[in-house]
Amino acid sequence: MTRVGVITFPGSLDDRDAQRAIRLVGATPVALWHGDHSLDGVDAVVLPGGFSYGDYLRAGAIASHAPIMAEVIEAAGKGIPVLGICNGFQMLSEARLLPGAHTRNAHQQFIRRDQKLRVENASTVWTNEFSAGDEIVIPLKNADGRFVADAAEIERIEGNGQVVFRYVGVNPNGSMNDIAGVSNERGNVVGLMPHPEHATEPGFGPDMPDAMRSGTDGLRFFTSALAALLSH
Amino acid sequence: MPIIVVEVMPKAEILDPQGKAVAGALARLGKDKFSAVRIGKRFELTVDGTVDDALLAEVREIAEDMLANTVIEDVVSITVAS
Repeated sequence: MTRVGVITFPGSLDDRDAQRAIRLVGATPVALWHGDHSLDGVDAVVLPGGFSYGDYLRAGAIASHAPIMAEVIEAAGKGIPVLGICNGFQMLSEARLLPGAHTRNAHQQFIRRDQKLRVENASTVWTNEFSAGDEIVIPLKNADGRFVADAAEIERIEGNGQVVFRYVGVNPNGSMNDIAGVSNERGNVVGLMPHPEHATEPGFGPDMPDAMRSGTDGLRFFTSALAALLSH
Repeated sequence: MPIIVVEVMPKAEILDPQGKAVAGALARLGKDKFSAVRIGKRFELTVDGTVDDALLAEVREIAEDMLANTVIEDVVSITVAS
């Protein structure tokens, strides 16, 4: 059975939710610890949301230097699927596995909302079960979610199709070009600020037009990775 | 013990919402001689021993690698305070 690791850092909050999402799509979640130098042979890795190290220094900055990140960087280089959600996205940016960086939301406030996104690139390991142009709703909750990069870098990632998700309707944090998520050039490493793992189970997801808390658009992130792994 | 001081500022083109909030507060207080405020960080590294060029080079490396994220910030100075 496919084994997907979820790394817990001091201050991770959504590691259990990520493990549950992995179980819901029929894979085996494997709890990994930031202080170890082992990925335990997992087939894919999720860096969960939360406030590792209290967001001290910069969100994700200290965690990006954790012992296990050496193995994550090595695995990413080999093409193993890596997904960073919220704080995990910030860690991947800080570790330079993904382009850009994050700053405080433009309006200075923490924000939590059910967020509409457009899937811009449906060929990454984590989005292959979507179609380009699909609009999905998953929860968003962050304080330091403003995606930034210099003009040349924005042009480069837009040109390469590395912008994977864009905010639709509301840009909740002032991210450049409404960018909600990006990938590396190879498409095996994806990071996004909103939380797919919180939209995987009817009754516990975002509100949808037909029923409250019924949104399960996050499931396809995880089924995409499984499909990509099984096709190898 | 000597202290190495590292100063980090957000890059000029990066929106600094904290600085903007302070600038707004100053304007509301009638302090109208300031067109902008930007907020950076000052790190004080207390050295266990003496400071030499090799150590300063190491601090430069630490500053660029960890204390600042050079995608959005610049290391503007590294100085020794006694």
